[in-house]
Amino acid sequence: MSRAERAQSTGQRTDQRTDQRTDQRTDQRTGEQAGRRTGPADGTYARTPSPLWTFGLLRSELVTTFRRWRTLALLAVLAAVPVLVGVAVKIETSDGSAVGGDGEGPAFIAQITNNGLFLVLTALAATLPFFLPMAVGVIAGDAIAGEANAGTLRYLLVAPAGRARLLIVKGATTIVFCLVATVVVAVSALVVGALLFPLGEVTTISGTRIGLAEGLARALLIALVVAASLIGLAALGLFVSTLTNSGIAAMATTVGLLITVQILDQIPQLDALRPYFFPHYWLSFADLLRDPVHWDDLLRNLGLQGVYAAVFGSAAWARFTTRDVTV
Amino acid sequence: MEELPAADPDPGDVVIATRALTKRYRGGQLAVDGLDLAVPAGSVFGFLGPNGSGKTTTIRMLMGLIEPTSGTARVLGRPMPGASRAVLPHVGALIEGPALYGFLSGHDNLVRYDAADPTADPRTRRTRVAAALDRVGLTAAAGKKAKAYSLGMKQRLGLAAALLQPRRLLVLDEPTNGLDPQGMREIRALIREVAADGTTVFLSSHLLDEIEQVCTHAAVMAQGRLITQGAVADLAAGARGRLVVTTPDVGDAARVLKERGIGDVVVEENRVTGEPPEGDPAAVTAALVAAGVRVRGFGVERASLEDAFVALTGEGFDVEG
Repeated sequence: MSRAERAQSTGQRTDQRTDQRTDQRTDQRTGEQAGRRTGPADGTYARTPSPLWTFGLLRSELVTTFRRWRTLALLAVLAAVPVLVGVAVKIETSDGSAVGGDGEGPAFIAQITNNGLFLVLTALAATLPFFLPMAVGVIAGDAIAGEANAGTLRYLLVAPAGRARLLIVKGATTIVFCLVATVVVAVSALVVGALLFPLGEVTTISGTRIGLAEGLARALLIALVVAASLIGLAALGLFVSTLTNSGIAAMATTVGLLITVQILDQIPQLDALRPYFFPHYWLSFADLLRDPVHWDDLLRNLGLQGVYAAVFGSAAWARFTTRDVTV
Repeated sequence: MEELPAADPDPGDVVIATRALTKRYRGGQLAVDGLDLAVPAGSVFGFLGPNGSGKTTTIRMLMGLIEPTSGTARVLGRPMPGASRAVLPHVGALIEGPALYGFLSGHDNLVRYDAADPTADPRTRRTRVAAALDRVGLTAAAGKKAKAYSLGMKQRLGLAAALLQPRRLLVLDEPTNGLDPQGMREIRALIREVAADGTTVFLSSHLLDEIEQVCTHAAVMAQGRLITQGAVADLAAGARGRLVVTTPDVGDAARVLKERGIGDVVVEENRVTGEPPEGDPAAVTAALVAAGVRVRGFGVERASLEDAFVALTGEGFDVEG
């Protein structure tokens, strides 16, 4: 294709000024008709954007994140955990013996054979300490640092994505990932539980019995609470991500912080500090299965996640909006 | 987005204007030192300097990626980085080589960059992306993952991203780096084409002939300082050409030239050069012939931009290519 043809087929823009508004015609393929291109001399390059267009970046970010093989692999690993637990329980109890009767293994594991719905709770209890937050740490840590590492950050900023807008989009996408990751675990567990075990009335921790429908509703609520439990770590990871130009370093630091805090949370001598560690109330989601629900620790957990999100979200904003982008 | 004024309020229609622009990195390294740059509207402006002379740091300040330590920068008549949101949709940029999402196709890379611009209409996104791909000749490779692209293809895709919208200013940092001669020619043709549409092009390069071939104006930087700026024709005119005599009798020729009062006579193999004579060169020819020098060629070679810049920057100027 010759240069002239190429220039022609790029289509031309016709800018028209009508009263106050600058109206812009969209590209038109002109085919063989060679038209005159309007230059900037008429000064009508100004566009009148719709406020809704700003969501294009969020959509792009979500699509880009969830189409990555890395994201899909993380979700596949998370989906595999309930399958492993379910199959293991099924095999171990195939001779009629009970599993975890002496209190070993993740919470609720003993109830799975009676009611497949408990596999959802077991799987969430098994993945919440490490698998889920690790996946969130990878996504959050890579959010800004990964773009910086690839050099794509500078092009997003000159597009111009806007620093605050880009940070908000990255944060929102990380939170969506928290929710999707949790839902993947829960749905996988529900499917496996329904296939391998009977479903029926649910016995709460308090000993009362609730119907299957309410049991499902509570399981959904628990998944939402677990997803919300990850927000503090997501904000921490996003802040770490604004500090460095290496995606790997940000991911490793975030996951390292997670492990460190998890260990510190086990040390009794740190009793005074422990309620301020973000994973401290993570397992409080089980209180949703009491009758009536014990809200104290649940609310403390959500409040703590909110504080972490506010503190590290602000820190990330302060850092990212003033930082020199030199990569 | 705030609309830009149709006419630039700055005197003389200047697209980029910096005043005492300075950047000192943490650690004390002075990358740009008191830069006063004026890029006229409609020009193809060459920004020339050896690697490490502060060109990219300047461009990063102009694009709002880094904050100046002191001084001001105005792009399209607005201060940067303050007016980034209003200015940058009218600016296409290729900074320090292309950067792409390797796991996305070329087409999807452009969709992503287009989506990052809040002034880009999502309804016409596909048309814009297709047109940009077509313009740089990448339509056939649009579906390929960007990590499989050659350096030249990546460079073109970066250019396509800069050309997604009609721009008032195109900033290209070393756009022909890593390209083969054919690729370089294509990029230069594209630059001329964009400039013909009325877009101001700000082109940084360490290649003198590149600037000379496509630019109307140029500025030279060395060690963070601006050495000179102006129209390319004026800059080249500042350096005088050289008298060249081609002859097998170099010794005699050199003697005659010195007798005629010509300075800086240099004897080479079969060739003697010197400063151009004050009066009519024909008188010098006659003197050479009278002295029995066998003259095969005689003339004054036009000064190139390179001569001008070497004269300005001295031998220390590291001009590659």
